[in-house]
Amino acid sequence: MGRKILFVTTDQQRYDTLGCNGGKLSRTPVIDALAAEGIRYERAVPQSVVCMPSRSTMITGQYPSTHGVWMNGVPLPVDAPSVAELLQQNGYQTALIGKAHFEPFLDPFGRFVENTLAATGEPTAQNRWYDGSIGDHRGFSHLEFATHGAAGPWHYTRWLLENHPECAGMYYSAIDNLFNVNAAGGGDANSPQVKKNEIEREWYHTDWVANRTINWLDTLENDDDWFCWMSFPDPHHPWDPPESEMGRIDWRDVPLPEGYLGSRDEREKAIDAKPRHWRMWYDGQLVSNYEAPAKWVPATLTEDQVREINARNAVECELIDEALGRVLAAIEQKGWTDDVDIIFTTDHGELQGDFGLMFKGPYHVDALMRLPLVWRPAPSTTPTQAVVTKPVELLDLAPTFCAIAGIAPAEWMQGQALPVDDDDASKRGFERALTEWDSELFGVGVYLRTITRDQWVCTAYLPGYVHDGTEGELYNLAEDPLQTNNLWEDRDYQSVRADLVADLWDHQPPVHEPRLELEAPV
Amino acid sequence: MASVRREIRINCSPDEVWAVVGNPTLIHYWFPGMTNAVVDGNSRVITTATGITLPEVIVTNDSVARRFQYRIDSPIMQEHLGTIDVFDLHDGTSLVAYSTNAVPDPMALIIGGGTGAALVELKRQLELGEGPALAGAQARLGES
Repeated sequence: MGRKILFVTTDQQRYDTLGCNGGKLSRTPVIDALAAEGIRYERAVPQSVVCMPSRSTMITGQYPSTHGVWMNGVPLPVDAPSVAELLQQNGYQTALIGKAHFEPFLDPFGRFVENTLAATGEPTAQNRWYDGSIGDHRGFSHLEFATHGAAGPWHYTRWLLENHPECAGMYYSAIDNLFNVNAAGGGDANSPQVKKNEIEREWYHTDWVANRTINWLDTLENDDDWFCWMSFPDPHHPWDPPESEMGRIDWRDVPLPEGYLGSRDEREKAIDAKPRHWRMWYDGQLVSNYEAPAKWVPATLTEDQVREINARNAVECELIDEALGRVLAAIEQKGWTDDVDIIFTTDHGELQGDFGLMFKGPYHVDALMRLPLVWRPAPSTTPTQAVVTKPVELLDLAPTFCAIAGIAPAEWMQGQALPVDDDDASKRGFERALTEWDSELFGVGVYLRTITRDQWVCTAYLPGYVHDGTEGELYNLAEDPLQTNNLWEDRDYQSVRADLVADLWDHQPPVHEPRLELEAPV
Repeated sequence: MASVRREIRINCSPDEVWAVVGNPTLIHYWFPGMTNAVVDGNSRVITTATGITLPEVIVTNDSVARRFQYRIDSPIMQEHLGTIDVFDLHDGTSLVAYSTNAVPDPMALIIGGGTGAALVELKRQLELGEGPALAGAQARLGES
């Protein structure tokens, strides 16, 4: 019998939403306790700041350029490499419960496996694997899907409609009637993507994901090795947690985030120091990607809206923490705790008021790129508590699962198992993290390549719709943690910039051929 | 209005390609995720694998220019025009371009993704020399 793996992901969660990372708003005692027993990473960096490419990186252990999912709406091929296939081949029981999003959601032709599974009633489908064999879909023998509400063809929607149909309409409609991300406001402050949701807490998707995870664990034998990816759709917008839980935090008491800066003038000055698509989006002059409401203008964001959204986001984080606590209690009840590795992270961050912005896009700053990551190794391995300050990547998760399972990482993996402390990180060369952005929406192309190294984050812009390829961003994270001072053009930092840019281009990964097509907006 | 274009080169003559593309009753044999197509005059109703039925109006079916155009006539579309052009590359091969113009804009991406998959399937059947779309086209030729 080997070690069991509980891989917990959330969607669009900031680093500073956890108590163990210094967060003050949401209470996250369960995750904080895992960090206190294990390893907390202070500079975990995604390889993309949107869902599909980032999740594809988690499962393949590859950069977006290599796995080919360059933006939301580009499906990960069913025969792409998958760490779950490796684990299953090595005797692991495997499940993914919650949000997958390896394939586009908007799928009227029913072309994508993950959109059709709930209707078949089958726990998985048979597909070609990367090694040419036929096996369970992406290596998971059990799949149950949910996303940010009660729309779509997934298991949670079906469950809600069958058991509590009156609740389906209580959720905010994430997409409007023109198939755009909905800009409609709600709540007390008319905040975008906010709605007071009267659904019972027990029927909300966060608790459903935990319930279904516990239900799957109940099907296993004591001596089974297992890998369970428990994937919560929150705290991604819409921000419509059960209204019964909103008494936890009065949004009027929520402090404005540091990144919101002091005044409109300061925010606009910081934005104006960045490449111009920042200001164009802020003023409503440019929509470069589908992920934020096309009809919403960031400059209209009010202080009350920031407070209200952050309160709701914090409640969603608390519900996740409590749901995880229930799953851990179920594992404890089975007597498995000592042999279970738990890894908690997310796919990317959320602007959440920084610079007066919300949602996400081609903005490679900490709001989107500094992620919560905690690894509590199985207590039977007598782990040492540590904080890792060196940069690590979501790319490193797949080889970490292999290391936990005692199997060699696959040759197609581009990362390495997560370091257990800074010494380990230094010895094994954890020096830099790379992040990519490629978007093309109705003729607007934006292309960024970013390196995070030492105390620097440096983004080089490729030619696109509003960029000529000379633009960039350079921030000193040690001296400018809010990334308000863009040093890209500063004469005093040209050697730093040149060194980082050279390192960035020296470490670009192989590119997937042929280029995969955008099949849907998301 | 948003516009998406997909194209593919097929190692078959334009007449062979047009025999499939120009026959509106055959589209569900080469468009993945379409399960049925019923044609009545210049009207066509297609059904998708998720059970959606979409009424369409055939706007152009020009066998000389080898251009087929249709419009989805449904409340979910404010505007739509689908265009399939078959070009003779004069080397025994053809270029097929499938364009989607639509309002709301995201519908162009949603439908456009399907058209890309359709071209891949069209090429597969034509170059293999067999498949339901070809069988349908040959049956039609036999009738005439």
